[in-house]
Amino acid sequence: MSTDSRLDTSKVATSNRTDAATASKPGPGASLATWADDRLGLATAMKKNLRKVFPDHWSFMLGEIALWSFVVLLLTGVFLTLWFNPSMGHVTYEGSYDQLRGIGMSESMASTLNISFDVRGGLLMRQMHHWAAMIFIASMMVHLLRVAFTGAYRKPRELNWVIGCILLLLGTLEGFTGYSLPDDLLSGTGVRAADGFLKATPVAGTYMSFLLFGGEFPGESIIPRLYIVHVLLIPGILLALIAAHMLLLVYHKHTQWPGPGRTEQNVVGYPMLPVYAAKAGGFFFMVFGVIALMGGLMSINPVWKFGPYDPTKVTAGSQPDWYMGWPDGLLRIMPSHMETVLFGYTISWNVLIPILLVPPLMLTVLILLPFLEGWVTGDKRDHHLLQRPRNAPTRTAVMVALMTFYGLAWAAGGNDIIAIKLHASINQITYFMRVAIFLGPLLAFWITRRWCISLQRHDNEKLLHGYETGIITRSPEGQYAERHLPINPKAAYTLTARDRDEVFTGAGDTDAAGVAAPNSRSERLRARLSRWMYSHNVQKPTAAELEEAHHHAEHEAELTAGLDHPVDGHQFDDHRLRDTDDVPLRDH
Amino acid sequence: MNDDNRPMNAPDGTPLPHGQNEPSEAGSPDSHVPAHRQAEPIADPGLPEHTWRPTDIDPLAEKRAERQVAAMFVAAMISAVLFVVAYFTLEVGDNWDTFAGMGASTMALGVTLGVSLLLIGIGIIHLARKLMADVEIVEMRHAAASPPEDREATVQALNDGLDEAGIGRRPLVRNTMLGAVGVLGLPAVVLLRDLAPGDELDIDKLAHTIWEPGMRLVRDVVGTPILASEVEMGDLINAAPEALFPTEENGYEELHGAQLQVDKAKGAIIIVRMNPDDIVPAKGREKWTVDGIICYSKICTHVGCPISLYERTTHHVLCPCHQSTFDLADHAKVVFGPAARPLPQLPLAVDDEGYLVAQSDFTEPIGASYWEREKQ
Ligand code: HEM
Ligand code: FES
Repeated sequence: MSTDSRLDTSKVATSNRTDAATASKPGPGASLATWADDRLGLATAMKKNLRKVFPDHWSFMLGEIALWSFVVLLLTGVFLTLWFNPSMGHVTYEGSYDQLRGIGMSESMASTLNISFDVRGGLLMRQMHHWAAMIFIASMMVHLLRVAFTGAYRKPRELNWVIGCILLLLGTLEGFTGYSLPDDLLSGTGVRAADGFLKATPVAGTYMSFLLFGGEFPGESIIPRLYIVHVLLIPGILLALIAAHMLLLVYHKHTQWPGPGRTEQNVVGYPMLPVYAAKAGGFFFMVFGVIALMGGLMSINPVWKFGPYDPTKVTAGSQPDWYMGWPDGLLRIMPSHMETVLFGYTISWNVLIPILLVPPLMLTVLILLPFLEGWVTGDKRDHHLLQRPRNAPTRTAVMVALMTFYGLAWAAGGNDIIAIKLHASINQITYFMRVAIFLGPLLAFWITRRWCISLQRHDNEKLLHGYETGIITRSPEGQYAERHLPINPKAAYTLTARDRDEVFTGAGDTDAAGVAAPNSRSERLRARLSRWMYSHNVQKPTAAELEEAHHHAEHEAELTAGLDHPVDGHQFDDHRLRDTDDVPLRDH
Repeated sequence: MNDDNRPMNAPDGTPLPHGQNEPSEAGSPDSHVPAHRQAEPIADPGLPEHTWRPTDIDPLAEKRAERQVAAMFVAAMISAVLFVVAYFTLEVGDNWDTFAGMGASTMALGVTLGVSLLLIGIGIIHLARKLMADVEIVEMRHAAASPPEDREATVQALNDGLDEAGIGRRPLVRNTMLGAVGVLGLPAVVLLRDLAPGDELDIDKLAHTIWEPGMRLVRDVVGTPILASEVEMGDLINAAPEALFPTEENGYEELHGAQLQVDKAKGAIIIVRMNPDDIVPAKGREKWTVDGIICYSKICTHVGCPISLYERTTHHVLCPCHQSTFDLADHAKVVFGPAARPLPQLPLAVDDEGYLVAQSDFTEPIGASYWEREKQ
């Protein structure tokens, strides 16, 4: 590969080897490779990819955490299947755990206890499996936020965004089915609620419930059915989608942060072999190791404390795993009596809205974000350079509004816990949440957008007038002024390496093919949205403005000559930090 | 530069001349970019110089890094061996909460496994950062879209294929074929019917529970019947139908498996006694209580959690799942929370021995709402 010609490895790791790396005679490895290539033609496929370039940034690790925790889930999950018995058959527990010995329970609960108390390493694997599930879902969410906040979902990566959203949905379902398997009191309560949700589905809901449970709730079929969904169906789909996600990533090549030499047309970073592969592989072991430590040191889902499922019992503070918390919160803040009977049929709005309408709606909005943005901006270009959140104020604000909605709904799911912690009445908290869930996101939107715009302004200040040194000078006339020093050229370039926003006006615009597009109604809407999205943004200075500002600065510098180097105590702020390439955009 | 044969495309699809985007030139005006995007205020200074690390130029540093990496790998081996030792020496079962609520075995296995994995991971990353070449390389991107001539060729091939198939010219064949495949959906759906085999799919069952006239109310764990005179003012008793606790005396048949679970899930009740004057009887239910003893389904009408928390001063009962609150004195109407309907009430009486019995089954379906609820 010609790119390799740049690679000067003359000084690297010389101590390992004294002779040159020329092949002597083909060893067994080489002849095996030839054998394989004769049949598979691997060399052609691998030629490009072995040295594929991956840019480096801490935020690119988030998706990797999700990937590696999924691998840990597969490994620990397969271990659990060797002992777990997904049956609702009734047995009397006779295992090692004193407090439940002699108690009747389902075989699935008994085998979960068996894994926990009579299989060496079993409890470790159970806890690792559960912790890995938490990490899997949490890292998918944070990864999704990274992608959204940096605009990585723009063309050509919209479909990978869609895949990512579906992965999040499936991961959540997978978590719910897994959580239900041990058939303990908490999980059984969750399954009963799920039965209530199904029954609230208009028209076919009652039948869906009967078909799923093999008759009336709870029946004897639900655990074996959830089991096969949990260990085969969803993992299979997840695996296929993750593969597609990775293939698209490789095909598009990773996005990168703008910076000196990093443009829309190239990708700068370490080659897959060896550095990236080593870092990613090492990272797998680290994720695995952290999960093992968590599994060994932190108790999670101690089902023996909840006891076996009994449809007449419940524990206070019944809550699903955290990632199911936000629909639960919406469920909790619905007002009373939201049910109508229409032509003799019951419509349960109190379940329909928070469970069957809003979550799918949220997912749809999430999936559509890149398409909506693309439509409003009319931007048909490919984008490989990431944007800083502040440079897309409206998008950032929309995301923060969505996060605020999610966070408030999630908090409402813990209204009983909040009430205890704050010594407030649960009713007051619920009334508050009913209002906050509408106002909170609006407020968050407004604050975030203003904030982004003022950060943009601040960036322009730095470009035009340099950074604030904190040093106050007094002129001969007695005027005080803070001394500014220019930021270094690389940092300055990086700040300007972004597009100017173009407001779509509709009038007189032509589409790519040069055809006037007067489609009035939707175009006018588009123009209005585009103005709403962009017209407040601060654009980077023009060359002329910079010139002018620098001219001014030079003039000033003459007045305060002698300070052509960073002032004491400031040698390392801004300048130095920005010099490193893997931290192209750190703020002080 | 570009190692594959695909032409480089500018964002708008036009091919770029070779070398156009060398980092050193990237800031130069680009004739394919519209004028307003061209005016970049600062030219791209290009990739910074590569700087050597201490391990590249100082043999001592290099040796040190090598030793560090190897030490981590050796420690990882030791930790893995310790795992095996812990596996065979520490018992599970009895000592499941020896340390901090954790079994010694679980903890030792987790720590040794975790430490071993972490050391391997950190070792490899250390190796990559200190000893592998750290020169960043540049690769050129190409548009995700296929080149136009490929698109044309594909469309051509597709059309040729369709043309040769002749499907477009024979709508009769096309439509019947699509129809045949479509109708195959029916067997696929019908096959799922027996997920709830036979009369298991009878949704009318939701309207009935195991309660019947004269069936005694029994305490839910022990199964002993309840004397009306024993019920203390202000108490809440969790109770169940006597049929779930068959004895020779009461003559009920033993229930098994799914049926037992279903009857348990639907038959659960709560009994409270309050001052008869506090009770606001709903119309037609004046005779459903016995001396201030009143009985409701325990299953929340929201999505079906068993309710539990009783506050005797207000007669309110709270569902722990989503905090629906029902006023037991006033026909269990919803006073707070997402539930829509009162808890169904079980009409009570006493038998000749003074035990509480049901006058009948519930008069409405218990638990969560469902589409056909009012029809039954
Ligand atoms: C994205 C993937 C997965 C997620 C999010 C997930 C999540 C969960 C959760 C939360 C539990 C409850 C654990 C507990 O008892 O505390 C569970 C149980 C279980 N999972 Fe998974 N899981 C995943 C993949 C798998 C796979 C691939 C398998 C097997 C091939 C598997 C097998 C099991 C088994 C057998 C149990 C029941 C054992 C027990 O609870 O003790 N899981 N899963
Ligand atoms: S199930 Fe009782 S409030 Fe939801």
